[in-house]
Amino acid sequence: MNVPTSYVLILSAVLFILGVLGVLVRRNAIVMFMSIELMLNAANLAFIGFARANQNLSGQVFVFFVIAVAAAEVAVGLALIVAIFRTKHSIDVDQISSLKG
Amino acid sequence: MSAESYFALAPLIIFLPLAGLLINLGLGRRLGERFAGIVASSAVGLGFGVAVLQFLALQAEPEGARVVVAEWIRIGDLAAPWALKIDSLAVTMLLMVTGVSTLIHIYAIGYMHEDVRFQGDPGRYTRFFIYFNLFVAAMMVLVTGDSFLTLFVGWEGVGLCSYLLIGFWYEKGEGGIGNALAGKKAFVVNRIGDLGFLLAIFTAFWAFGSLRFDEVFQAAEQMGPAAAATTTVITLFLLVGATGKSAQLPLFVWLPDAMAGPTPVSALIHAATMVTAGIYMIARTSPLFELAPASANLVALVGAATALFAATIAVGQFDIKRVLAYSTISQLGFMISAVGIGAYAAGMFHLITHAFFKALLFLSAGSVIQGVERGHHHAAHAGHAEHFDPNDMRGMGGLRGRMPVTFAVYLVGSLALAGIPPLAGFFSKDEILADAAEGHTAVYLLLTAAAFLTAFYIGRQVVMVFFGKPRSGAAEQAQESPAVMTGPLIALAGLAAVGGALNFPGLHSLTLFLEHTLEGLHAAEFNPLVAGLSTGLGLVALGLAWTVYGRRALQAGDADPLSRGLGSLFTALNRKWYVDELYDWLFVRRYVAAAGWLANTLDGRFWHDWFHDTFLARSFRLGTRWLSEGFDLPVIDGAANGLAQLVQGAAARLRTVQTGYVRNYAISVLVGLLLVMSYLLFR
Repeated sequence: MNVPTSYVLILSAVLFILGVLGVLVRRNAIVMFMSIELMLNAANLAFIGFARANQNLSGQVFVFFVIAVAAAEVAVGLALIVAIFRTKHSIDVDQISSLKG
Repeated sequence: MSAESYFALAPLIIFLPLAGLLINLGLGRRLGERFAGIVASSAVGLGFGVAVLQFLALQAEPEGARVVVAEWIRIGDLAAPWALKIDSLAVTMLLMVTGVSTLIHIYAIGYMHEDVRFQGDPGRYTRFFIYFNLFVAAMMVLVTGDSFLTLFVGWEGVGLCSYLLIGFWYEKGEGGIGNALAGKKAFVVNRIGDLGFLLAIFTAFWAFGSLRFDEVFQAAEQMGPAAAATTTVITLFLLVGATGKSAQLPLFVWLPDAMAGPTPVSALIHAATMVTAGIYMIARTSPLFELAPASANLVALVGAATALFAATIAVGQFDIKRVLAYSTISQLGFMISAVGIGAYAAGMFHLITHAFFKALLFLSAGSVIQGVERGHHHAAHAGHAEHFDPNDMRGMGGLRGRMPVTFAVYLVGSLALAGIPPLAGFFSKDEILADAAEGHTAVYLLLTAAAFLTAFYIGRQVVMVFFGKPRSGAAEQAQESPAVMTGPLIALAGLAAVGGALNFPGLHSLTLFLEHTLEGLHAAEFNPLVAGLSTGLGLVALGLAWTVYGRRALQAGDADPLSRGLGSLFTALNRKWYVDELYDWLFVRRYVAAAGWLANTLDGRFWHDWFHDTFLARSFRLGTRWLSEGFDLPVIDGAANGLAQLVQGAAARLRTVQTGYVRNYAISVLVGLLLVMSYLLFR
């Protein structure tokens, strides 16, 4: 199956942009996290595409690193959201603005 | 010790009175009146002893000696050590001053004892003797000085002591200030004379390059006619100085006022010693006067005119001391005219005899005054309290019986003053008249007239005070003075009686003695015509005084018999020919007005009010206000505050970036990322 690398990259870019839009537009913290995951995965896809194009497995190895980091980050982030929900009884990020200057 | 070595003791004559005054200064108050008086009198008495030693030394070494006491000034060419010139002229003065001073000191022990109690301040007794000793020390400096400078130091010193002693009772006198004003008048008038003296000293130094008498006289004689003008100028200025110190026309006005001082002061300073400093000074500088005959003539005329002028005023005075004061001025005129015509020996002879009988008269007058004051005290206690002036002769009379010793010595003194032979005054005054008759006719006539009036006014005084009936309760109860006072009086009376022996015609002891110092002295021969005329005039005047004042005893409240005869002339005499009023209008008021203008207008209004307060202070205040409000506040504070405000404003605006919304931050990250990427892609 000869998929041109450009298709993979375009898909990766589209996913990334969707993720960015999701982070910027949505107010729900969990949805924001999902968008962040989407961005991370878009980057993973780009890595895979280039690994395949350059016949170099380093790209795929790096994907493992990214997944591990994403997982850790989610763990921490979700713990934070649960803690915030306990005090604020809401996960609307617009309401977490007490660091306003 | 050989006689010459006595010269080395000469400085003691100054240091002994100084020691006396220092002892009294430290211990006098604690150790009491008797101690203070004895220390002071002994200091001067020992000084007399030293003077005798100097006389003996002169017998062995007639030319005298120069004794250097200390280094003083050394500036460039001017070397002026403090040195003493002990020669016959100086020793004559030393003997007279210390001798008479000792007697007056002893007298003052008794007199001041009563006086401080009359005036109500016994604590002031010691101060009197301190000033008195200071005076003697200063007079010694004056007389022994070997240069104009040293003489002047003594000159100023005696002037100071005169001021201190005239104003001894400074809070008493007319209006509570009269005595102080008299002291001030003496000092100021003397200052005018001193200015003349200083100008003479400056001119002498400028012309002859030295201040020492020997060197100046030598230089003047060497330069001879070339220096005639300069010598005339110097001698004229010296005359001004002598006029001030010896109370001649026109600077005599201080001496009658000086009678405000206690009587021993009047006797010592204003009769016997200080006022003779002018005559001594002229005698000392005689070589200069010999080179300037015009000045010498002027000196003689001033002296003769003063003699007559003062004698006329003395006729019209009622204050016992004022009569004697004007008499002193008149007799000083005799002496000044004597040295003016070149009869230095006659002048010095009269100086000595005058010291004897005038001191005697003053001290006796003091005895009379205190006798009357004691009587007043007595009368006041007995219930007759009168408001009276103890010095006024109109309140005296008949004291011959109540105060016999004082009367006897006063009579001796008066006869001596009137020039009745064989008392001392006759010989000395006659020698002056004889010298004047030899070619100085105007001087002779003036002096003879003055001599006539002298006998008249002193006769008037004796009759008014001692004869007739007492004219007041105080005179009725007058008491004789104690022995400590009458003793010196008797001693002085003895000197006044036999003092003529100092320069008997024929023997001329004093003339010969002085010839060692003053060259070219010639002793006038005894002139029987002159002597007879003056004696005759004196007796006539005394008789006239007795006729006017004594034949019909004066009653209390009577006007002076002379005033009935002379009318307004007598008033003029009594008011001293209005000289004080003339000076006041001519000089004093102008000076006070000028000083007032300088002080109030120039210094006060212009300098102080306008220049300082308005101009300087106000402009300074305006300047500093601009600096602080116009510059410091807006500019500097503005810069500092503005900077802070700038930062604050920027911070406030920047703060708004931190909205607290995560999504805003995310957009910023995105935008930044796009910028970086576009830069990297399109560079």
